[in-house]
Parts: sequence; structure tokens; C-alpha cells
Amino acid sequence: MAKRLRQCAIYGKGGIGKSTTTQNLVAALAEQGQKVMIVGCDPKADSTRLILHAKAQNSIMQMASDAGSVEDLELEDVLKVGYRDIKCVESGGPEPGVGCAGRGVITAINFLEEEGAYDEDLDFVFYDVLGDVVCGGFAMPIRENKAQEIYIVCSGEMMAMYAANNIAKGIVKYANSGGVRLAGLICNSRQTAREDELIMELARQMGTQMIHFVPRDNVVQRAEIRRMTVIEYEPEAKQAQEYRDLAVKIINNKNLVIPTPITMDQLEDLLMEFGVMEEVDESIVGKTAQDEKVAA
Amino acid sequence: MTQAVENIKPSYPLFRDQEYKDNLALKRDLYEERHPQEKIDEVFQWSTSQEYKELNFNREALTINPAKACQPLGAVLCALGFEKTLPYVHGSQGCVAYFRTYFNRHFKEPIACVSDSMTEDAAVFGGQKNMFDGLENAKALYKPDMIAVSTTCMAEVIGDDLNAFINNAKKEGHIEQEFPTPFAHTPSFVGSHTTGWDNMFEGIARYFTLNTMEGKEPGKNGKLNLVPGFETYLGNFRVIHRMLNEMGVPHTLLSDPTEVLDTPADGQFRMYSGGTTQDEMKDAPNAYDTILLQPWQLEKTKKFVENTWKHEVPKLHIPMGLEWTDEFLMKVSEITGKPIPASLELERGRLVDMITDSHSWLHGKKFALWGDADFVMGMVKFLLELGAEPTHILCHHANKRWKKAVEEILKASPFGTNCEVHIGRDLWHMRSLVFTNKPDFMIGNSYGKFIQRDTLHKGQEFEVPLIRIGFPIFDRHHLHRMTTLGYEGAMYMLTTIVNAILERLDDETRGMGTTDYNYDLVR
Repeated sequence: MAKRLRQCAIYGKGGIGKSTTTQNLVAALAEQGQKVMIVGCDPKADSTRLILHAKAQNSIMQMASDAGSVEDLELEDVLKVGYRDIKCVESGGPEPGVGCAGRGVITAINFLEEEGAYDEDLDFVFYDVLGDVVCGGFAMPIRENKAQEIYIVCSGEMMAMYAANNIAKGIVKYANSGGVRLAGLICNSRQTAREDELIMELARQMGTQMIHFVPRDNVVQRAEIRRMTVIEYEPEAKQAQEYRDLAVKIINNKNLVIPTPITMDQLEDLLMEFGVMEEVDESIVGKTAQDEKVAA
Repeated sequence: MTQAVENIKPSYPLFRDQEYKDNLALKRDLYEERHPQEKIDEVFQWSTSQEYKELNFNREALTINPAKACQPLGAVLCALGFEKTLPYVHGSQGCVAYFRTYFNRHFKEPIACVSDSMTEDAAVFGGQKNMFDGLENAKALYKPDMIAVSTTCMAEVIGDDLNAFINNAKKEGHIEQEFPTPFAHTPSFVGSHTTGWDNMFEGIARYFTLNTMEGKEPGKNGKLNLVPGFETYLGNFRVIHRMLNEMGVPHTLLSDPTEVLDTPADGQFRMYSGGTTQDEMKDAPNAYDTILLQPWQLEKTKKFVENTWKHEVPKLHIPMGLEWTDEFLMKVSEITGKPIPASLELERGRLVDMITDSHSWLHGKKFALWGDADFVMGMVKFLLELGAEPTHILCHHANKRWKKAVEEILKASPFGTNCEVHIGRDLWHMRSLVFTNKPDFMIGNSYGKFIQRDTLHKGQEFEVPLIRIGFPIFDRHHLHRMTTLGYEGAMYMLTTIVNAILERLDDETRGMGTTDYNYDLVR
């Protein structure tokens, strides 16, 4: 039986640690003999540097722009092979403030498909997608016949949870017409109080699971300075084992759902219940300091 | 200034009347800040020089008079070839107005095609709502049996997902689940009109066959499939039918717009007429094989037909000229086991006879030509067969592989020695080519008439007449009904070309007492 290529997309609030988590996870998968490709879908093009030990990989869009057009590119120009034969591609895109980064993602993924980058040997493709699904282009990885599993990286902070819920709303739009499913939340710990319980509860309310709780550990930063994953830099570190656990959970993950995003009120209730946010006193809303002095 | 009702003049010759001449001169002097005539003449002369040609060919960031159009135009033509099918373009309205007028002007027929008219809000929120209303309204108003969806740049830049939108429209009940809605993403900034045709065809083939391949196998229905590609000569559809009928080969032309692009004036408006049926498309995988009539523009189709229908898809050229029509008919015969009938042998013999009759006039004549990849390649081959020299060969949308293939064809003929192939170039490049290395004629679409005007402006002896074969032809009537494929097409092209040569010779030799010693009654 031909094995099935599993395509996964990683979303999450900007700065939450998507790229770091993805690369460590992919390294752990590769260590276990899985054949993996990472497709960076972020104009910053920093989704593969820990695998390639490079500053930033040359991106498809940059090279297309240098060559004149995408048609002038060959697959071997854009596809680099790093740690344990992990294949790496960056879509790339414009500088902030000009052009259209979303179209860059569409162009890049179409190019990879046409050039046969998704070969039969692969077990996994991971799309590492920019902070928020801001336009149709950044939803490209979850269109029909592309990523079927979405993982959202989040933490116990309010904005991270808010973003996770928003991304779930985006998934619902595509899940109803296609096969894309939410596969779980990855909690990348910020060491807030009762963080694991909070994310588990959020996951429960969204109809999914917290697939793994990744604790905070400085070894990740030490490895990153050396442009390496923890798996490669210090395989015996406790943190490396965390990523291996996450990898095993993802290999065995069967819990794929159409998410049930919660309302803003529900989210606030949840945050208050866990003490992340204080109850709003409706009587002080819109009152200036002067108003309050007069009232007193 | 007023016109008399009994004698209304059009702009020409009206503007040649003295009062208009004076008026226009006044306007020019007072408001137009025109350069002095000497300066204009000087720049014009410079633009015809070798120096300018070199600058022109080093041009990097600008296209002037492209010799190609954009993807959705091709997608619309492809959709028009299917029975009761409404081409639907997801995107901005102006684009669709352009596709319709472009075909109107060429075919002199109304073209049914709708847009879902995306505006500013759709650009921000995505065009799903437009798709919902558009599909529902288009189906209710125009009652098609199929809606074939393509896209404009606008929808592509914001990343609208046709598959999701169309499925959502069905899920929410805007149109029935089973209503056929094949689709293709056709960003105009990628490829050309031929890419769009290819994408749309693949979309339609995918829609009707991808998930229903069970029980289908090559040869089951005893027919042969033919895919025309972006084809605008209606006679070409007809000649393919005729040749295969004469051979007794049951066949299907997949996408055949001959009826809807050639409706009679009998008092009845036909929004839809003729075309390949959905059943024929569903049955297509059961054919012996699929022949691509314009293989250079049908790469995506080829891949799909090979991988999904498991057809061999024979390696053939466009069936244009003598040898490649032979090759086509012999391949059909080989696939189906049907011999080539005497009627086609007779037709071939007539073509050979015609070529022999005209060859002395054609020999060594130099031609510049442009157009779509397959047409240009076929024309190069045919000109070489006639003993003519296609000295400037230009194809805007072709790739390097195509260039190499044409160069191989040139190498194989003694008439190909002085010929050059240009890809990714436009008609402003062509203008430089005909000024710096004058051919006898140009072969191409109507846009070449401006090059002809410019060459005449330089002087009678520099004029390069245009022979109109290609697409679009806006300024001559009914040429779209002619034929360029098969022996019949070769006869038409030969007749057109040789008579253009003789016409030109008459022009040059009717000087009373100067050149008319050669103004012969018999040519």
C-alpha cells in the first residue's frame, strides 16, 4: 500500500514560537526515520534556518524576482536539504509595506506542486505560516488537497488564545467544504499560572485537544544561537525528549475535528475563571480620572 | 462643419475637407505643444535604425504591443465549446467586457459570458458573496446546463479559493449540488490566453471524469478524442470533422464552438448552440486515444489525459501544411486501423499540384511571422515546404524548448538558413526586425497593420505588406471562417500567400511606361 503523505500546517500568533517549535518537531520526526519537508510561508523566511544552519534560505519569490519569472526557476534552485535529509523551502515575499505576501505563498506552493516537490517518498509536509490568516493567500496551505491537519501553537496569554480562536474560525470556513481539520493546540509555555489547565480547557471548548505541553527551557535559545534545533544540539536534553514526545503524538494523532470556535464573551469568561483577566466593572467604563474625583 | 443628411461622410474622408484640416491644424498649434515636424521625422528615422533595434532588444521592463492575450480569454473560448455552457469569470467586470469585445470584433458574433463583478468590498472581504449571488443569478437568468468558472487577476491576487467558494455556494443552496460547475484558476499575470485554455479544459475534464473513472478504459467506445486548444479558425473544427468522417473514424472534438460562434441571422437569438456535450466529456476516457491538435499549448491537459485517462497521447505536431497533415492522418489510421481513403489522397494530390503551380512565385520569398506557438511552428514548417524563408519568427508566449524545436526544423531545410527565432518578444521588437532586415511580407494578426503603416511612412521601398493569418483579425471580415489545418487549410494559406505576392507585384508594375513592361496578364 502506498503510504499517505500527511500535510500539516502550523499557525499561531506572531512571536509565539511557531518556527522554533516546527523545526524542533520536524527534527524529532526525522530522527525517528520520517521523511519530512518544511515549507516556510512567511515573507521573513526564517522557517528553516535551524535545519540548514543558515541565516535565511534564499526564497522562491526572491529567486523568481532575480531570474525574471517563476517559470525560469528549477526545483533544485529552491529546495535545500538540511539536518537528517529534511527538505527545506521558503516561499518568501516582499518587504513589509509593499506588494502582496499572500500571492507569494500561492505562487510558491503552485510552483512546488508543478515541479513535483511533493514526491512519493515524503511522510510529512509542514507549512509554517505567518502569524495570522490575514488574507486568502495565507489560507493557501489549507485549501483542498493541501494541508489536512492544522496545529495551532499558543500559550496561556490572552492574545495568543485570542489568535488561536480566530485561526479556528478561519479553519471552519474551509473545513465545511473540504477535508481540512483542526488537529490540536500545541502549548508553548510562557510559564503563566495553571497554563496547561487553561489551554486544555480552551481546547475542550473549541472541540479539540491540547496535543502537547512544551515547557520553557533555555536550551532552546542556546541551540538557536548556534542555528540548531535542540534535537541536534543536545539530543540528551530533557527538552529534546519533549519534542520527541510531541512528534510521537503527532504521528499517532487521530483526533481531527472541525473546530467549534468560541465567542469573545466565552473567551473572556474563561480568562477570568483562570485569573488571566480581571472582571470588568461596568460602572467605571469610559470614566476619566477627573470624573472619578468628582464622583468621590 | 455640419454634414448633409443625403451625403454623410465618415471620418475619412470628412477630415480631409479643408475646413477640418484648418481646424485640426489650429488645435495642434494652440494646444498640443507638438514638436516641430523635423524633430518628429528625425526621431521616426532613428526608431527604424540598427542602433535603435539594439536598444529595443535590450529593453527589460516594458512590453509594447504584446503578441499574446491573458489567461481568462482562453478559458472563455474553451468554455464556449461545450453545449449550453455559460463562461463565468470570477473577478472584475471590465475584464469580462474586454473578453467579450475581443471575440465580438473577431467573430462578429455576440459572446455570452458573465462576471460576478467584484468591487472594493470584495477585494477586502474576498469574493465568496459575489460567487453565491453570481452563480444563482447567472443560472436563473441564462439557464445554462453548465457554468464554467475562471478568474481574473483581482480574485487571484487576494487568493480566492474557487473550489471552496463553489462548494459553499452549493451547500448553501444557491445552486443545486449536482449542477455542473467546472472551474480553473486563470491568473492573467501567469502565461497567456493559451495557458488559460489549457487550464479550463483540464478543469472541465477533471470535473466530469476524475472521480468517475471506474469501469472506463481506453478503446471501450471505439472513438478518437481531439482537443483543439485555443483555435479561432472555425474551418479548422469543420475540416477535422470532415477528414475523420471521410476516414470513417468515430470521434469527439472536445470543445467545439463552431455553432455558437457562427449563428445564422434567421430571427432567432441563440445564446447557446452546438458544442461538445457533457456525456461526450464523461465518455472521453473510453476513447482509443486523445490527439492534441496544438500540443505546445496543452501541457496540463496532456498530463491529465495521460495520468487519469491512461491515454498514450501521441507525439504529433499541429496538423498544418503537407507533411504534418500526412503525419496526423497516418497516426489516426494507425490508432484506429482505418485506412486513409482515396478522397483524402486526392485532396493531398491537389495540394501538391497547387504548390507546384505556385512554387516559382514563392521560392525565396522572405516572411516575418508571429502568433501562438503551435500556429507559428506549423506556419514555419509550411513556408519551408513551399520554398519560402520565414526569416523573422516571433512567439511572445513560447518557451526555450519551443525555440530549440523551431530551430531544429529550420536546420533541416535549405530555406531555414537565414531565419531567426525570437521568444518573449513583442510587436515593437518585430517592428525593429522588419526595418533593419526587410522581409517581403509579414504574416500575423491585425495588429501588424501598424507596422505596415510605419514601413510605408519610411518610404515605398521599405513597405512590408501584412498577410492576415492569425488571431485576432478585427479589420477584415469573415476570415475566422476559413481553414488553416489539413490539406484544405494549406490550400487556403497557399492561395492567400501567393495572391498577396502577385497583388504586390501588380502594385509595383503598373507604372505606365515605367514598370508596366512586367504588368502581365498571366502570372
